[in-house]
Amino acid sequence: MTSVTRTSQLRGANAELSGLAAPGRVALSATPPASAMTKLLQWLLGVSLLGAVWALVTFDLLGLSLPRTYREVAWPMPVYLLVSFGCYSLATVGYRVAIFNDCDEAAKELQEQIKEAKEDLRKKGLKM
Amino acid sequence: MASRKSQPNRDNGDKYSILLPTYNERENLPLIVWLLVKYFGESGYNYEIIVIDDGSPDGTLEVAEQLQKIYGEDKILLRPRAKKLGLGTAYIHGMKHATGNFIIIMDADLSHHPKFIPEFIEKQKEGNYDLVSGTRYQGNGGVYGWDLRRKLISRGANFLTQVLLRPGASDLTGSFRLYKKKVLESLMERCVSKGYVFQMEMIVRARQLNYTIGEVPISFVDRVYGESKLGGNEIVSFVKGLLTLFATT
Ligand SMILES: Nc1nc2c(ncn2[C@@H]2O[C@H](COP(=O)(O)OP(=O)(O)OP(=O)(O)O)[C@@H](O)[C@H]2O)c(=O)[nH]1
Ligand SMILES: [Mg+2]
Repeated sequence: MTSVTRTSQLRGANAELSGLAAPGRVALSATPPASAMTKLLQWLLGVSLLGAVWALVTFDLLGLSLPRTYREVAWPMPVYLLVSFGCYSLATVGYRVAIFNDCDEAAKELQEQIKEAKEDLRKKGLKM
Repeated sequence: MASRKSQPNRDNGDKYSILLPTYNERENLPLIVWLLVKYFGESGYNYEIIVIDDGSPDGTLEVAEQLQKIYGEDKILLRPRAKKLGLGTAYIHGMKHATGNFIIIMDADLSHHPKFIPEFIEKQKEGNYDLVSGTRYQGNGGVYGWDLRRKLISRGANFLTQVLLRPGASDLTGSFRLYKKKVLESLMERCVSKGYVFQMEMIVRARQLNYTIGEVPISFVDRVYGESKLGGNEIVSFVKGLLTLFATT
């Protein structure tokens, strides 16, 4: 009926990815693994860490007397990051819209099955 | 009676309860039931169909009663409620009466095709997954009858959700899924959202609870009969729900 179907397995891979809230696998019956942090907090933590590093380098807060070039590179970094993330988002969404499958076949198949079903159901005595 | 061909009789104790919430689905219900009977008959799995009608004024319940006569009371169970009380509680209501150890949730409007159910079941067995979710966004999955605008909104909303919640599943707002009954029960206890966000919360909580998730690409065909019940402020309530989940999970 349907052609080969690709299926995928997703086993909470993101928990490891985030590195923040990876409570490890917990027995299924147990109560929720008191998921340490909400996504909001994870984001805040991530952003403030990045921000702290950025401030340290840009304003040389620790008095490390870093080379001037470091500071010059670091200073506009947040804007670069934002812009590239924006571009990435637009490109990704655009690409995914473009490759979104139109299931014409499925619609056709359904239409035919609807006909078949109606006929069969009428024979079985269904009054619509 | 459904033709019982010389198909493998998979009598391993597994039973699949399909929950069909209906509201004004008089035209769709017989068709979806016919298709369910067809594909379960062919694949040989043990099943029951539970119709939860919320007092549809169009007479969906009468049609359901006729179907029950045709296909038998062991196959079609009617668990109607007097008035429209919403989808979330319809699932809870139906689940209470389910005798299967697996539960399949799908819309009765023919946007979810029963032909994928055998694939869901195989997928579930393959990894002993706690839940298997249909996905429009991967592999051969897709949609029919959507214009560019709707595709853009759908993809955009999905991207935003993936970035903010990292949910570990590609289709969060779809509602074509198979659950182990115990898993569904424990998720239902915890989920409070309404509408699309409810489906999203189910997946997000599942991830939190370390349930395993399998995915099967599905084609989603927009409803042919009947009216769409979700109105214009869809996007606003979606964003609200998304932010709520972002802040609380
Ligand atoms: N029992 C019950 N079923 C409902 C209720 N609201 C919707 N349904 C059913 O739930 C399923 C999904 O609802 P739909 O109206 O198709 O929602 P949707 O798929 O988001 O939107 P459209 O397909 O565009 O109409 C259908 O089978 C409806 O008949 C309700 O309040 N009670
Ligand atoms: Mg629908």
